[in-house]
Amino acid sequence: MTSIREGRPVMRKRAAGPSGWMVAPALGFFLAFAIVPLLLALYLSFTTWDAISDPVFVGLDNWPRVLSDPVTINAILLSLKVVVISWVVQTPISLLLGVFTAGRQKYRGVLAAIFFLPLILSSAATAIAFKAILDPNFGLGASLGVPLLKQNWLGNQDLILYVVIFVIAWQFVPFHTLLYQGGVRQIPASLYEAAEIDGASRVQQFFHITLPQLRYTIITSSTLMVAGSLTYFDVVFILTGGVPSQAINILPIAMYVTGFSAGQFGDASVIAIILVVIGLVLALGLTKLTGFSRMTSQQEGL
Amino acid sequence: MKLYSLLKTDDASGAPRSRRLLKTAIAIGAAALLLGATACSSTGATAGAASGGATMWGLSGPDQDKVEGPSLTDWNKANPTSQVTANYFANDAYKTKIRTAVGAGTAPSIIYGWAGGTLNSYVQAGKVVDLTSATDGIKAKYLPSVWGQGVVGGKTYAVPMNAVTPIMFYYNKDLLKQAGIEAPKTWDEILAAIPKLKAIGVAPFSLAGGSKWPSLMWEEYLVDRVAGPEAFNAVMAGTPGSWNDPGIIKANTMIQQLVDAGAFVDGFSSVTADSNADVALLYTGKAAMMLQGAWVYSTFEKQAPDFTKNSLGYTTFPAVTGGKGDPNNIVGNPSGYFSVSASATPDQQKAAIDYLTKGVFDEAYTARMLAANQVPPLAGIGSKITGGTASFGGEVYALTEAAPNFQMSWDQALPPAQGTALLSNLDQLFNKQITPQQFSDNMNKTIGQ
Repeated sequence: MTSIREGRPVMRKRAAGPSGWMVAPALGFFLAFAIVPLLLALYLSFTTWDAISDPVFVGLDNWPRVLSDPVTINAILLSLKVVVISWVVQTPISLLLGVFTAGRQKYRGVLAAIFFLPLILSSAATAIAFKAILDPNFGLGASLGVPLLKQNWLGNQDLILYVVIFVIAWQFVPFHTLLYQGGVRQIPASLYEAAEIDGASRVQQFFHITLPQLRYTIITSSTLMVAGSLTYFDVVFILTGGVPSQAINILPIAMYVTGFSAGQFGDASVIAIILVVIGLVLALGLTKLTGFSRMTSQQEGL
Repeated sequence: MKLYSLLKTDDASGAPRSRRLLKTAIAIGAAALLLGATACSSTGATAGAASGGATMWGLSGPDQDKVEGPSLTDWNKANPTSQVTANYFANDAYKTKIRTAVGAGTAPSIIYGWAGGTLNSYVQAGKVVDLTSATDGIKAKYLPSVWGQGVVGGKTYAVPMNAVTPIMFYYNKDLLKQAGIEAPKTWDEILAAIPKLKAIGVAPFSLAGGSKWPSLMWEEYLVDRVAGPEAFNAVMAGTPGSWNDPGIIKANTMIQQLVDAGAFVDGFSSVTADSNADVALLYTGKAAMMLQGAWVYSTFEKQAPDFTKNSLGYTTFPAVTGGKGDPNNIVGNPSGYFSVSASATPDQQKAAIDYLTKGVFDEAYTARMLAANQVPPLAGIGSKITGGTASFGGEVYALTEAAPNFQMSWDQALPPAQGTALLSNLDQLFNKQITPQQFSDNMNKTIGQ
């Protein structure tokens, strides 16, 4: 409650700013490309439709069936697993790399440029490259003759989830590193100077200045990570040759397979709505929990 | 996120002015959408009706370059009143695109397809034209087993248009010789070959398990050899519990027996067919044998011409002693098919039917296919095949002609929902996550979907 009250003056100030009409084009696009398709999917979730004949309205028939299907439950759990593990893996790496590359030394600039490379490759290219590298018979492991690398990476049902999380991390850590690099460079040098005078060590400076000052960057990056890994599709699809196995049947994949391979667009729409709900809950939860919407300044008194 | 901040802004200001604004914005958005929709439908209509000639969608690749493309050029020159214009798409993209186009009524006049479950759903929805009387005169030209796939409920809805491609049993002659064995002719010989091939350090079988559908070839052949075509016919007929056929369970037990014996290459579930990694395993000498479609022969020729000439052997799937199925039965893709869209204009339908009955498999069309080493699904052309009966094409044709039953690939034959469930369950069967009985139980649940 107090949080909303505190937020009010800020909002009011914004409403008095430029004309509200400026939101119209964005709103139009948002309606046309997000809300209308969403409503269509909601409608389709109450029908059976094979994309060839006309949709047949079946009321709530699809919902209990899809929700109680072990495949769907497995897909929800897998998606949440991907979200959580991706966050746990990517956040520390990109935070540390971001802090490291924020330094002004030349070699760090060079390294930053190298770290940045995976981001400019398209997801499809990344997936095709990793598929070739991980091939058990012709891939890197087999050609180098290193038995440890010669695993059934994409076929072993216990490994594939982690392989996918690794590839996602490889591709997106550079992006989050960039966010953190920008965040670190915004921190006023005077804070560090003061800390140094007080005799704080480097590690103490990191935990007491850098980390608290990066709070909002962490929230932004986490929100993007969570939303991104929840809807991750292309790399998984290509890595598995277009026919993903149950062990990597995350929600977006389950949705695609149910819709476009099995031709059950009603059931696929149910999964789509589940995906939207989970995404909204996670994004809202994250902003609520962290007080991101308040956006109070971290630099008061400077 | 966006939705949330929008709502918040509204809530915070609370002024009637912004409400009105929101309403106006919604109206503008709706108007834009309507505009978009009408623009779409009008282009759709003009694209179809502009020329009066028929449109056609096909698959890009050798068919387009060597057969359909040149054939259409000739046809359009010779038939100014029945013009056909074609667009070509990649295989996987096409499968999704054609489905939505047929459903939305924007399909081309000539629809390429694989018959089976998809054709059935087109027929049920009234999306394709009955070709029975129009094709009466040309029916006799085709192999009956291939022609029959385009017939639904006694009426012809699709005509064959490209090569016969059964699933073949390929082997590396050098490796078999090295292991001191012949190409297996029975199930017991397969089992006996496995330890011998492993002893010389090669994988007995290459398998693109990652793509799932190559695993299905094992299932199809083993079920046929053990239980005969009747077992799968019962599934196709939608008989409840038909996956519980003892023959199907036995065939699946045999598959897991192969997996246990290490018959398939290490990490087979990571190998995918779209990168031709399974074919490469055979010609690089890492695996000795492979079950794959006749269509991979051209990949062998392209990627390893010397190997193909000297060391590549091919035959049909071995017999299973005591099994009910005729060892001459084959499975695979009988052909690709052309149908005529019911949403095309009468003029377009006429042009399309003209081309399907007079242009497809006219003399030049057949000659082009033969020149490209493809096997046309026509009766009595065995002697015309390039390289004669000793060649790969000759072998494929002989097998097809002699086959009492040509079973279409199950994932094509079944309705899409069952086909998808089949591939998923088969993957788990090969990975030993489920037992043959669980496989049958899971599949029984899909009957009727």
